[in-house]
Amino acid sequence: MIIHHPILGPRDAQEFVYLGDAALMNRPDGMTAGIEEFHDWLYNRDNPAGEHQELWYHEQGDRSWLVVTRNTVTHEITKVELARDVARSKGRSK
Amino acid sequence: MAELQAMTALGARQAAVAVVGPVTITERFDVALASVAARRGRMAELEGAAKAAGVPLPEAARYTGGTPYSAFWVAPEMWFVEAPHATHELIADQLKAAVGNAASVTEQTDAWVVFDLAAPDLAPLMERLCNVDFPAAPDGFASRTVIEHMGCYLIRHGRGQVRIYGARSSAQSLLHALEVAAAAAW
Repeated sequence: MIIHHPILGPRDAQEFVYLGDAALMNRPDGMTAGIEEFHDWLYNRDNPAGEHQELWYHEQGDRSWLVVTRNTVTHEITKVELARDVARSKGRSK
Repeated sequence: MAELQAMTALGARQAAVAVVGPVTITERFDVALASVAARRGRMAELEGAAKAAGVPLPEAARYTGGTPYSAFWVAPEMWFVEAPHATHELIADQLKAAVGNAASVTEQTDAWVVFDLAAPDLAPLMERLCNVDFPAAPDGFASRTVIEHMGCYLIRHGRGQVRIYGARSSAQSLLHALEVAAAAAW
């Protein structure tokens, strides 16, 4: 599988480490969110047969975090973004 | 004052040179190194300061040579800057003075071992060592990659000229890996 890194171009998936659902980026505010919301973020995952947003870490490259949109049925990758850009597009500062 | 004797990454007084078939592996300890990372939102400021100081800031996955400063890209808005050790032993201080608070600078000289590889064509060696598509990469290509489980920076200066930065604590293991792969390739 080839991942088209937004900065470095096509790179072998072997260079990356898979972390899982990109929803992990949306951690609730621990000071205000309730236990239910935190439990949901920490333990519950969707397991879609189809399009899925995932976190990949370029461990053998520039060590950037990526959000990869991948179809779990066909393994087709439709979009690769820097996790930094995705977070900022949601109004996050870091 | 105590008279201190500098040692190379391999613990010797002289830089190591290994010849395996057509490949010459030369350890370099005359290179000073520092990282420069733009602070958030201050990239334009850093660009101006770097230009004034003659520090190149190449685009992603590239190396740009210069005198005295050369640099290669390591991450978005972050570079490693090289200079001759004889004149720039205090490279981090010198860069910090140039870029001020626009960037964070860290001393890297003694964290790495540097090997220069030379051969008519290094492709048979590089394809055994790492994931970089060496024949397809242009001259001036710079990338972090993994060689024998060790994170390294690889800079392609030409088809037969490569510089490799590896962790200084793994210097002997990296040299061994290079020698074994070269022996296997030719």
